[in-house]
Amino acid sequence: MSVDMRTYLGHVELANPIVTAAGCAGSGAELAQFFDLGRIGALTTRSITMAPRAGRPTPRMTETPSGLLNGVGLQGPGVDAFLTRELPWLAQRNIRTVVSIGGGTVAEYAALARRLNDAPGVTALEVNLSCPNIEDRGRVFARDGAASAEVIAAVRAVMRYDVPVVAKLSPDTADIVSVARACATSGADALSMINNPLGMSIDTETMLPALAAGTGGLSGPAIRPLAVRCVWQVRAALPDVPIIGMGGVLTGRDAFELILAGACVVAVGTALFHDPSSCLRILRELEEIVAARGYQRLADVIGLAHRPPGATARHRTDFEESSL
Amino acid sequence: MLTTRQVDAYHALTVVAPRIAEGFRPGHFLGVAVGGPHTSMLTRRAFFIHDVKPDYGGTVEFVFAVDGPGTAWLAGRRARDTLDLVGPLGRPFPLPRDPVTCVMVGDEYGSAMLFTVADALQRRGCRVDFVLGGASADRVFGAMRARRMAETTTLTTEDGSLGMRGRVTDVLPGVIADVRADVVYASGPMETLRRATAVAVEFDIPIQVAVEERMACGIGVCMTCVLPVIGDDGVTRMVRACVEGPVFRGERVRFDDVGTIPFDALGAPGGGSRNVS
Repeated sequence: MSVDMRTYLGHVELANPIVTAAGCAGSGAELAQFFDLGRIGALTTRSITMAPRAGRPTPRMTETPSGLLNGVGLQGPGVDAFLTRELPWLAQRNIRTVVSIGGGTVAEYAALARRLNDAPGVTALEVNLSCPNIEDRGRVFARDGAASAEVIAAVRAVMRYDVPVVAKLSPDTADIVSVARACATSGADALSMINNPLGMSIDTETMLPALAAGTGGLSGPAIRPLAVRCVWQVRAALPDVPIIGMGGVLTGRDAFELILAGACVVAVGTALFHDPSSCLRILRELEEIVAARGYQRLADVIGLAHRPPGATARHRTDFEESSL
Repeated sequence: MLTTRQVDAYHALTVVAPRIAEGFRPGHFLGVAVGGPHTSMLTRRAFFIHDVKPDYGGTVEFVFAVDGPGTAWLAGRRARDTLDLVGPLGRPFPLPRDPVTCVMVGDEYGSAMLFTVADALQRRGCRVDFVLGGASADRVFGAMRARRMAETTTLTTEDGSLGMRGRVTDVLPGVIADVRADVVYASGPMETLRRATAVAVEFDIPIQVAVEERMACGIGVCMTCVLPVIGDDGVTRMVRACVEGPVFRGERVRFDDVGTIPFDALGAPGGGSRNVS
């Protein structure tokens, strides 16, 4: 029995809910040698910045238990090179592309959105709010609902109406629900969570921080419970806003967990470093799990864990009584 | 997996991997998942391919030193265990069209990847000389094989337990002068590559280096293994050792700036192009 895996990001239909997470798929070409990128829901680019960025010094990455700590610093080619080289490459192959953008000021985000506005091949725009706000002493936008809302409103105002704007949220905030609500109110068509929480590791041989940047973003299965909690809370508060869930998804079971918490799309990130072709495996495993639970449509299981305890899940054909 | 053997201070694993063996070119590496199916170690370990043989449809051998829980796990694997490999990865060595004289410089287990290069060079009629070294005798890899295949082999150890006392780069100028070398191929720790490049520049001959930069994915998506390299246009970029390398022209690598973002690198913080909209 095949499962209808189609899902929606705002009004945009994706063939299936598995996408790559921002900054984990290179420019796309690197992964294309391992699997057909057209078979996943969408590819998310690294966060595109206005100018080229060299990123942070090395070491940039260290392994932690069931996790990775990274301080790459948004190394990237800048929007000009992205528009002339990377996006056309993806567009020519009809690969659904979520473009992630990062900026230091509200104006920079808006300028990026303006540059991407007429570019063919942009399926959705994901706004990486975990960037330091130059105008606020380097505090990241995502910490604060008002700062996040300002960015989202500016981007939404500029971006053409048929491209959904997705706000990427960080768990490093006092109340992720209030940031989520502020973003949704100011025009975000969808929310994605979670960006890497900040962590730190110290090399006990050199007795210095393991990363050149000192602190870094933690990813991998170590943060999955944090991701499930954030998706759960935001889904409970804002049941009508589509959520891209991410955080340590290694298997179809992990993706299913985020879907049960309320995500309609699931992004795979760190798993790609371990297994470059993991997206298709996760998609297959997810489909098998959904089918094994007796469902024919992915849409029927999204947020299913929110049903009251004891309530039978609707649409379950195997124990649904006949209406006759 | 076929065999595992201990070679002095190092471990060598031979794995049946026909597709990797088939696509192999000298200089390629592979990414090995460690810790088994439910591992908590998420990054692959990258190792240069030491040897490729046609047995069993194609085998590859790689050499490593135990320096952490991942490599310790790998050292505990036995024949008939399965390993999760990705490869061949990276850009291989460019080989000269003409029969020239080549000096192969290998430090520690970096030597392991030079033998397939030397084979390929000899097949093209090149003269090959080896300079191998390590901290002590048990850390010099492949001395026997080098002696069998090369015109001359010079060994160095820092403690003097084998060959000349010192580093490979201490004897390199003499070897280059003696054999009238046309090109140098080097593999080993970054410091060795830096010194070897300085020597080659002194003699005004080209040098190809295979860098050992810490990697996480090995396929070009994680942006971990970057180092500053000068491009054809004279611009320094932070390039990935795993896909733009691991083989570079030595004089293009800014060894003194490895571990930093040089101020004049493309996209460096505070650089002229930042925040221009």
